[in-house]
Amino acid sequence: MGIGRRGFIKIAGLAALAGAFGKKTGNIFATENIIDTTQTKESLVGKRWAMVVDLRKCLQEKGCTKCMDACHKVHNVPAFDNPKDEIKWIWKESFEHTFEEQEHEYTYENIKHSPIPVLCNHCDNPPCVRVCPTQATFKGKDGIVVMDMHRCIGCRYCVAACPYGSRSFNWRDPRPFIKDIDPDFPTRMRGVVEKCNFCSERLAKGELPACVEACEEKALIFGDLEDPESKIRELLKSNFTIRRKPSLGTNPEIYYIV
Amino acid sequence: MYDTGKIIGGLIIFLLLITFPVWYNAIGGKADMMPKPKIVTDAKQCVDDAAFMKTDHMNVLDQWRDLVVRDGLRFINAPDGKRYEMSLSNTCMSCHSNKSEFCDRCHNYLKVDPYCWDCHIEPKE
Repeated sequence: MGIGRRGFIKIAGLAALAGAFGKKTGNIFATENIIDTTQTKESLVGKRWAMVVDLRKCLQEKGCTKCMDACHKVHNVPAFDNPKDEIKWIWKESFEHTFEEQEHEYTYENIKHSPIPVLCNHCDNPPCVRVCPTQATFKGKDGIVVMDMHRCIGCRYCVAACPYGSRSFNWRDPRPFIKDIDPDFPTRMRGVVEKCNFCSERLAKGELPACVEACEEKALIFGDLEDPESKIRELLKSNFTIRRKPSLGTNPEIYYIV
Repeated sequence: MYDTGKIIGGLIIFLLLITFPVWYNAIGGKADMMPKPKIVTDAKQCVDDAAFMKTDHMNVLDQWRDLVVRDGLRFINAPDGKRYEMSLSNTCMSCHSNKSEFCDRCHNYLKVDPYCWDCHIEPKE
């Protein structure tokens, strides 16, 4: 005659007990198993990562592209022949394009005609994050403006919002245009935006960003702004630095010593 | 009813023909064919029980993806106490390096087409 209310409750209780003391599977989902990298030694942990570009050192080596080559190699950035399709994470820009507000007719000769390395500024107030409709671009706990490629729908609002041109859209399938694919890092697919990620995957392993590591002149200095003892704070204290388009209020985190 | 025999006979032949793929495969033993993914690794243990991984690997990957990309947490302690990087290409595929014989066999059978490999790089076979 089926089971009554009492019977049902008994069975449900037994089932719950069996579930609680039975063989456990799916432990991988337990939150206590997830390692907080702020507790592990090897990861570089920061609250507000930033970079100083020392142009005095950088411009010593004319025509140097080591930082760009290193970055584009480890991140599988394609090299398209058509500049309209170009994907760039770190690249060179002329002085008047880099520092629009600082440029004048009689700009200091040394930097007037020199290409300046530029990358995503990892703004403290990033306009790209504000406009992203899917939160594919967001600001992490470490201050890095990162992209979740799985969520990018390719609307390119961020490309329009970024005042530094730091974002590139994949108009074409990038795979055939990558010379040596690095299997440790994913490529992108057609129809997503990409940009510099401050090497967050390398920081987790305790390595400095690829561009910083590749620069033999030591012109790129990476560090945590929240750490008052860091080298980057020391440099900012003892040198006059400029930033790109500070009047826009984005609070860029790449500082240039000119 | 006129021509009862012809009509009933015709219907039987029609039904037999239209259900041909079903009973042909049932007799041939193909209907209960199960895909057998090939495991090439020497490792004894996956990040969790094999039965659990069979049914829930997609949920594990989904959770890992969010933890790594959105929360910046990259490592996990598996139930066996080992520490793993939560990475499809670097952790899963380092054991299961035979994508065509491991991933694809079931995925093709079930006609699921995960787009992982549009971006993540599959190991060379």
